[in-house]
Amino acid sequence: MADTTQKPDAISAYYQTRAAHHGVITSDWLAQAQAAVEQPDSSVSGLGPAKSFNVIDEFNGWRKQPDLAEAVAAIRAMAAVIRASEATTMMELEIELKKASDTLKSWDKTSISLTAGCDLFIRYVTRTSALEYEDFNSAKSRLLERAEKFGEISCKARKIIAMLSQDFIFDGCTILVHGLSRVVLEVLKTAAQNNKLFRVLCTEGRPDGTGVLLSNELSKLDIPVKLLLDSAVAYSMDEVDMVFVGADGVVESGGIINMMGTYQIALVAHSMNKPVYVAAESYKFARLYPLDQKDMAPALRPIEFGVKIPAKVEVERSARDYTPPQYLTLLFTDLGVLSPSVVSDELIQLYL
Amino acid sequence: MDPRRGPLAVPKVRRVGFFTSIEPSPETPRPNRSLSGPAEAITSSSPLSDSPSGQFISPVQIPPSRHHSDNLASRAAPVPVPGPSAFRRQLANDRALHVGSYNPVDSLLGTSPPSSNGEVSEDSGSLFGFQRSDSAKLSASFPNGGFDMTMRVRAPQESEAKVAIASTSDGRKKNVEASAGEGESVAAKPRKEKETKSLKEKTSKAERRAIQEAQRAAKASAKGEGSKRAGESSRPKPSKPAKQPQPKKEAPQVTSSVSEKRAVSVEKERRMDVPQTQMQYDDKSRVDKAKRRSVVEQTESKNKVELFLHLPQYERGNQLPNLSSNIFSLDTIHHAVYKVGLQHLAGDISGDNARCIAMLHAFQEAINDYTTPPMKDLTMDLTAKINGYVSFLIECRPLSMSMGNAIRFLKNQIRKLPVDLSEPEAKASLCSEIGRFIDEKILLADKVIVQHAVTKIRDGEVLLTYGFSCVVEMILLYAHEIGRKFRVVIVDSRPNLEGQKLLRRLVTRGLDCTYTHINAVSYIMGEVTRVFLGASSIFSNGTLYSKVGTACVAMVANAFSVPVIVCCEAYKFHERVLLDSICSNELGDPDAIANVPLRNNKKHSKTMDNNKNLQFLNLMYDSTPAEYISMIVTDYGMIPPTSIPVIVREYRREDLLL
Repeated sequence: MADTTQKPDAISAYYQTRAAHHGVITSDWLAQAQAAVEQPDSSVSGLGPAKSFNVIDEFNGWRKQPDLAEAVAAIRAMAAVIRASEATTMMELEIELKKASDTLKSWDKTSISLTAGCDLFIRYVTRTSALEYEDFNSAKSRLLERAEKFGEISCKARKIIAMLSQDFIFDGCTILVHGLSRVVLEVLKTAAQNNKLFRVLCTEGRPDGTGVLLSNELSKLDIPVKLLLDSAVAYSMDEVDMVFVGADGVVESGGIINMMGTYQIALVAHSMNKPVYVAAESYKFARLYPLDQKDMAPALRPIEFGVKIPAKVEVERSARDYTPPQYLTLLFTDLGVLSPSVVSDELIQLYL
Repeated sequence: MDPRRGPLAVPKVRRVGFFTSIEPSPETPRPNRSLSGPAEAITSSSPLSDSPSGQFISPVQIPPSRHHSDNLASRAAPVPVPGPSAFRRQLANDRALHVGSYNPVDSLLGTSPPSSNGEVSEDSGSLFGFQRSDSAKLSASFPNGGFDMTMRVRAPQESEAKVAIASTSDGRKKNVEASAGEGESVAAKPRKEKETKSLKEKTSKAERRAIQEAQRAAKASAKGEGSKRAGESSRPKPSKPAKQPQPKKEAPQVTSSVSEKRAVSVEKERRMDVPQTQMQYDDKSRVDKAKRRSVVEQTESKNKVELFLHLPQYERGNQLPNLSSNIFSLDTIHHAVYKVGLQHLAGDISGDNARCIAMLHAFQEAINDYTTPPMKDLTMDLTAKINGYVSFLIECRPLSMSMGNAIRFLKNQIRKLPVDLSEPEAKASLCSEIGRFIDEKILLADKVIVQHAVTKIRDGEVLLTYGFSCVVEMILLYAHEIGRKFRVVIVDSRPNLEGQKLLRRLVTRGLDCTYTHINAVSYIMGEVTRVFLGASSIFSNGTLYSKVGTACVAMVANAFSVPVIVCCEAYKFHERVLLDSICSNELGDPDAIANVPLRNNKKHSKTMDNNKNLQFLNLMYDSTPAEYISMIVTDYGMIPPTSIPVIVREYRREDLLL
């Protein structure tokens, strides 16, 4: 499944994986699956450049689990690299990790949380090795332990965020949700468990069909759900009290990169004075600074219309958009409830 | 300690050359001379001795064309910061009364070595000698002497001004100024006019002498940081009985207010180790004090804009010749610093980075040539010397924020020198620190900024820039080198027309450029995709402080949803907060506005000067609020404008004087 290349029209693996999670079958996916079936030995071979190859495989392996965050999968893959590494000094290990991280990043350039997760881990490694002068093995085991813990942190992050957002959900409120974010799902679950009475409007979320998936989940929790067409958002915005979205990445300006449609909804909500809340873990903070929609690496995904489209017609296939910080009200993160301008503060402290 | 009380040994009034006895009445010379203002009054170096009534024996100091209204009062008041404007104002006002002693006194005091420049007779010397609490400080002799005299002279004539002046004789010159008349208030102009006029008329030898005494006393007291005020005031008294009457009566009233004002200012100066980049020029006492200490003679402009009275407004034109003629007698200012000051005055250096680098190089040279006087501590003495240089530079042109930060850094380095370092080692370490500062914070930072900013330039872009910023020029040239295809729109504005420099440079390198004036910015903004701006400084609330016109461009860009990218090195960040463009700014030459090239305006420049209803305002800087800025590119990466205080907090702790 090495279809992510530098080519601008390459399909974004990140969004493909998401689609796979959501069980969306597209013709591309079918073709891929076909190809994968026909080459079962590709993963077996390659003992030589095993490390880098392993990293991507590891990563893909982890990534397939629907419940696992992208960044966690990346870090778990890096942990695998540490385990398999034969380096004897910290510097060597660092170099290996850097190489693995670069490989992962180049393999899928469009995934922000992947990049952010890798950077975070490398940063942690660099800082740790600078501070510790203990022997190599204990340092290595410390790193491994940290990598393992990262996975738990990620789950815990979701719980923290869910807890923080409870104060903002009041009885009788109507929440508009876009996209299927696991964090937002957690938030709603917790609210339901706390016996809050609220209802959810969710957008259809083409082409991923997140709306249907979400409504499945929510109805299991007995939360009243109403499905909207993507174009019905402005129509229904009157009855909405707040908008909840997740984020694929939080950028340095405080804006977010999320599934296509988020910007639209944020604009409508802003013009109607409805708060827009973003639920994102802190490892999604990335050192990007898009100035406009086209300023990011393009992430394309296949879009099916169900009918045949004439060959000369172009399709806008970008999978995500950028919402500038002025349209966002608050960010719920595991670091607390933040305003968008704090993101840069955190990033500076972390990376500089 | 007043950071500006450096060993400024230069008298405020520089004698340009030969001394002539100038008989004419004080009024007449006034309009003509522009720089050497007090010269006329003071022409006679020994005001006391000769004190031609009302004339100035001064060496050809051309009396600065001062308004009568302004500075007389302000001059008398001691100003903590050298205020060339104030000084000039005073000079202008005082022209009438410059008595010979003004100058000599001045020169006497001015030069730290007691060798006065000639005319100062020994009595002035003696007068000042004992009054000088600190010989170095007495360099501002002129202001003191001059002010006092003028004060005194005016006293009889003018109600308030006199009072002010009178009090100086108590040794509280500045107090007089300050308290007297409007000292504190900003309504200097009208008053000054009255004062100057009245002063001129009534100058008499005795009065002048009295004034001089008062000034001297005031000066001494000024030096003595207030506490000595009382002492000094008493000192002049015995020497010149003649002047007693007027000053005396005035003194008591003003004394109190003056003294406390002094105390406050003194204390503030002591506390503040940082060079103030801007002094409030409507505060007469501080202005006077500054004038006394100033090296450059600055003539206050006649027609000042009311709203900007807190900023120095000088008449241009005579400072440069004046200063350059004094180069050999300014022995307290190192020649390298002097050169930089001249360059600033002449307008040869523009652009924050260039100014800062020039200043730091000059300091490097000065430190290299520095030797600690015996019995003095290197740290304190060097700091005092640097303060002196800084005051001189401020007189030539008010400091920019970046220069202020650099000076703070330097003082910090001096302060942190280990005590056991020998002098050559200390000097070498300081010089290398300065070199490191320049390399890291300016040169290398520029390279990093270029690398970051170039990622935001894609093919097919239309980039707009305003004026001339060296960083933006570097970015554009680099992007062109690496093969990006883009167009540049250069927006320019009068009177400096800096954009033409950029235009020439870009065109010679083969970039596609469009050039327009700022009137057309809303027209051209429709085709623009990105705006790149340079910065003089960025404040903690994200406000951008840059050349005037920048705010306009940024706001129009915002209206067209064009992202505005500001490129600024981190050393220019400041932890202050700026809310508008009025509190802190710099005023340029008003004639530059009045004189439109290719227009027959010979008559304009003269007539306009005399029209009290018409004032020319040539602002140099303006402030752009943070919401119009999309992104700031610094050597720490690309940050939103809300993160400036974060950078200051994390990375500038060591530079802040805490």
